Amino acid sequence: MTPELLIGSITLFVLSIFLGVELITKVPAMLHTPLMSGANAISGISVVGALLGANVAYDGGNTVVSGILAFVALVLAMINVVGGFAVTDRMLKMIAGKKRGA
Amino acid sequence: MLSDWVSFGYLISAVLFVFGLKKLGHPRTAPRGNQYGMMGMAVAVITTIIDMHFLPDGIVGWTIIIAGLATGSLIGFIMAKRVEMTGMPELVALFNGFGGAASALVALSETWKWVENTSPEPGLATTVTVVAAGLSALVGWMTLTGSLLAMYKLKGGIEVFGKWIRTPTWGPTWLNPVKGFLFISVISLIYLSINDPTNTDYIWGIIAISCILGIALVLPIGGADMPVVVSLLNSLSGIAAAFTGFIFGNNVLIVAGSLVGASGLILTTIMCKAMNRQLIDVLFKSFGGSEKQELTRTKMGSDAEEVAMMADGAQKIIIVPGYGMAVSQCQHQVKEFADLMKERFDTEVKYAIHPVAGRMPGHMNVLLAEANVPYEQLIEMDEINSEFSECDMAIVIGANDTCNPAARTGEGPLAGMPIIAADQARTVVIIKRSLSVGYAGVDNDLFYEDKTMMLFGDGKVMMTKLNNAIKEL
Repeated sequence: MTPELLIGSITLFVLSIFLGVELITKVPAMLHTPLMSGANAISGISVVGALLGANVAYDGGNTVVSGILAFVALVLAMINVVGGFAVTDRMLKMIAGKKRGA
Repeated sequence: MLSDWVSFGYLISAVLFVFGLKKLGHPRTAPRGNQYGMMGMAVAVITTIIDMHFLPDGIVGWTIIIAGLATGSLIGFIMAKRVEMTGMPELVALFNGFGGAASALVALSETWKWVENTSPEPGLATTVTVVAAGLSALVGWMTLTGSLLAMYKLKGGIEVFGKWIRTPTWGPTWLNPVKGFLFISVISLIYLSINDPTNTDYIWGIIAISCILGIALVLPIGGADMPVVVSLLNSLSGIAAAFTGFIFGNNVLIVAGSLVGASGLILTTIMCKAMNRQLIDVLFKSFGGSEKQELTRTKMGSDAEEVAMMADGAQKIIIVPGYGMAVSQCQHQVKEFADLMKERFDTEVKYAIHPVAGRMPGHMNVLLAEANVPYEQLIEMDEINSEFSECDMAIVIGANDTCNPAARTGEGPLAGMPIIAADQARTVVIIKRSLSVGYAGVDNDLFYEDKTMMLFGDGKVMMTKLNNAIKEL
């Protein structure tokens, strides 16, 4: 990592935090849980890091332990992502879906 | 080169996440928002796989990677489909813990490559990786243990060898400086690892202390504050993902992680506000949920027929659902009752929804929507409280703290929490298994008032009896 890249990453980090703060303003109470659950699914984005880390040759070479760690991360992250979106969808179908039909 | 353009996919993914979060905050657009989130995630995964394809060696771990993606998806999908509506808050907490653990494991995996191979050259790149991996471990492991404890707190306990053990809530004041000390020790260990990145003692130390920190953070918190903590932990898991992004210099990790971190924190404060609490108080002042008040009074129970007689000819009834309705799954009987009253006496029936009724915000909305209760009849607390004085009967189903007048006195664990004004109704019917205290451990004066009728029993059983009694009027 070069200094320019680091500065770029930090810039992105800080600006995204500001964006995140502005994004959520007034949320009705009934949407608190789905919003939390949906955002939680998005935090499973670490699946990207897990993919990059799990990309090692599993031939008993000297990166096999780190490969396995990343594999476990990959499974956990996918549970977070798929489970999170699915459960949010279920909740929203019951809350918001009915409203549109009414 | 095509490979230079691959990360453009990450931009698309980040934009989808922004729209997704935005739309999730409005009732009409929320399902769409969730779909945007899914699309964003799909784009991010596909982009990463294409990106890896352009690496000098390409994708060497194909089978493992596909196996991991498939296993995780399958487990997650099954868990989400199988969970009961009452179990959703726990599941969200569990998923959140997994997310934090995933980020922390990715960080560990990257530093472990050095341990397995050779120490890296000191320099900016190494420092950034060590610090990012350390912070990701701190936040990630903390999220895991904190979320697991939160999950068991929401469940109320854990079954060990057939014995039910209540999850404790315990937080002496000296715990706060201990938390501070633990936090500083982790930061010091991260600082020390900068010059010695392959020292496994430091690595294990960081992991162990972070795990303890997560438990110490959640242990003192209980009662209605639990959803707030889960929301805060959700925010933390986002931050952990963002730190992981610094290890790889990966834009989508940084953007999505910090978006979730920041918006999660805002949501946490919004939830606090709904309960008239300060986030700092929630985190550092113990809720006192473990000390339960002794019951000194008794109250005669009523039966369904008496209640039916009182309900005869009522013009307006407000139903106040709570966790008891969720546990007994009696939302269909509640709906049936409302239909019966409408049909026979043309009674106006409404539902008063406390922001934290049940074990998560929106819990009651979900359950009643499942029973096809029209959306317009679900009224939020602030709007309906003024209507209680003109209603003939308030029926409280398995709720306690959310309508406990003790909250108005400004003393005790419930002090300052906004409550449903059920006590202002002409008659109050309370369906509850016993007089026992609620989550906050405070006795409820409302139970002992003369106008209050207690129907002791399971929500579903009592609602069925009540419906039968109404039919026989």
